[in-house]
Amino acid sequence: MKRLLQIEYIKLWNNRASRVLIIAYFVLLTSIALIAAIKFDIGPVKFHLAEQGIFNFPYIWHFNTFITAFFKLFLAIVIVSMMANEYSNKTIKQNLIDGLSKKEFILSKFLTVIAFAVVSTIFVFVVSMVLGLIYSDYNELSIIFSDLEFLLAFFIKLVGFFSFCLFLGIFVKRSAFALGFLILWQVFEGFARGMLRWQFFDKDTTEIIMGFFPLNSMWNLIKEPFSRLSAVQSVANQIGEEIAVNYHVHWYEVLIVVAWTGIFIYLSYALLKKRDL
Amino acid sequence: MKNILTVNQLTKKFGYLTAVDNLSFSIEKGNVYGILGPNGSGKSTTLGIVLNVVNSTSGSFSWFDGNTSTHNALKKVGAIIERPNFYPYMTALENLRLVCKIKEVPFSRINDKLELVGLLDRKDSKFKTYSLGMKQRLAIASALLNDPEILILDEPTNGLDPQGIHQIREIIKKIASEGTTILLASHLLDEVEKVCSHVVILRKGKKLYSGRVDGMLATYGFFELKCANEKALLEFLKSHSGFGTIKSDNGLITVFLEEEMNSEELNAQLFKKNIVLSHLVKRRESLEEKFLTLTENQSN
Repeated sequence: MKRLLQIEYIKLWNNRASRVLIIAYFVLLTSIALIAAIKFDIGPVKFHLAEQGIFNFPYIWHFNTFITAFFKLFLAIVIVSMMANEYSNKTIKQNLIDGLSKKEFILSKFLTVIAFAVVSTIFVFVVSMVLGLIYSDYNELSIIFSDLEFLLAFFIKLVGFFSFCLFLGIFVKRSAFALGFLILWQVFEGFARGMLRWQFFDKDTTEIIMGFFPLNSMWNLIKEPFSRLSAVQSVANQIGEEIAVNYHVHWYEVLIVVAWTGIFIYLSYALLKKRDL
Repeated sequence: MKNILTVNQLTKKFGYLTAVDNLSFSIEKGNVYGILGPNGSGKSTTLGIVLNVVNSTSGSFSWFDGNTSTHNALKKVGAIIERPNFYPYMTALENLRLVCKIKEVPFSRINDKLELVGLLDRKDSKFKTYSLGMKQRLAIASALLNDPEILILDEPTNGLDPQGIHQIREIIKKIASEGTTILLASHLLDEVEKVCSHVVILRKGKKLYSGRVDGMLATYGFFELKCANEKALLEFLKSHSGFGTIKSDNGLITVFLEEEMNSEELNAQLFKKNIVLSHLVKRRESLEEKFLTLTENQSN
């Protein structure tokens, strides 16, 4: 396992484009701390975002995992191109001739995906912890370590998404087209939702069905955190709206994404095995 | 003797086209093998199958008497297929380190192999800056990293300039002289004739011949003769039991021998019959001529 990771490390780290994107990604993850610096001081109006409660434990776990998940697109580019480049450089052929089995090849890519997800999760954990310790109104240990399932959801979400990228890279063999396909798929899921809602089902049934689509299931893992903010809640109450969303991470949602991850990795392997290079 | 590779009734179909047709042969340790065949005769496909990058339609192959899985066997094999494939953005050294990791051999051999192919002073240049000849040499260095039991080369001199071809040949000869088993696929016959002890000849995916090179060339040779009195000469040749096929072309008579005979003997006999030759050469067939007759016979 260590050997496979080392192989991928040599391939990725010596590629300047990948290296820049990876560094940029982790800088961005850290930069979420900069939100704390958003501060308006216009005469009598004093607004400091960090004091609006977004960094309160345990809410911060939810908020930070939701926001940082958007940055995953950076790594998506890296992962799609690390797969597609193997085809365009024909190095996949050479790797296999040199004695890497097809299983090891897929495994080395999947391990890289896992490694990216693990490091990202640790990063988000550390950054959130530091921010929380500075700005949170509650500092009891039991509160700090509640709602940690958002980190698990974040990890599963990244692994699922990256596995999808990996599969697209193998399937399409060209990084630009693979990324295009990813966007196309997102559009397709939106289209499917519209069609289902319009022609066949009511709102709730549509949501349940959409929950089985790969990108939508990943999106469902961490719901939007904004309506949970007390400021937003109070505004909503004033205009007579009741916001009732179940914010929790549900086990069946995790299961769907894990299933998709398995399907994507298996399909990648099956495709590689079947193809002549 | 130890079998390195055994191929058993291997068949590969691409749609309607049969690229490899029921092919069987085996490769023993210590010999230098050539796979000969015109373009599109299934050489590369055969190598692709045994190297785990092309799936066979039917048939089987086994490495090292079938004692290891294919990918583990390939760690003891060095192979170059068609074009050198490396990561263009990495230097020679980084590329070779990667290969070391895949083959599970220590980095310490890299410098020796780079020296062998004459690339040591360019080891820190990126692969994309290399010329084709250098790329090909790097590929050989890479294939030798694990001190392979067999080196497989597919058209190693393809697309190179004369100097590059010469360099590659020298390297191959050097490796062969160290006792490494080599499997060389090529359509360049003199290349195969110069380095190989055994050949497998393919045409349209079928095996035409497999065995020793000198076994294939085991004939008594032929004479090329010219004479003013052609008629008398032809009569003499036809009456003599030692001669087989006789060809006459523009005054040049080619006659194939069916028993050992040297040129002095023939000259003396003809002189006794008052036939005076103006041209007498004894030759042996080259692999090229033999190959062409073999492939032609099959096409008719």
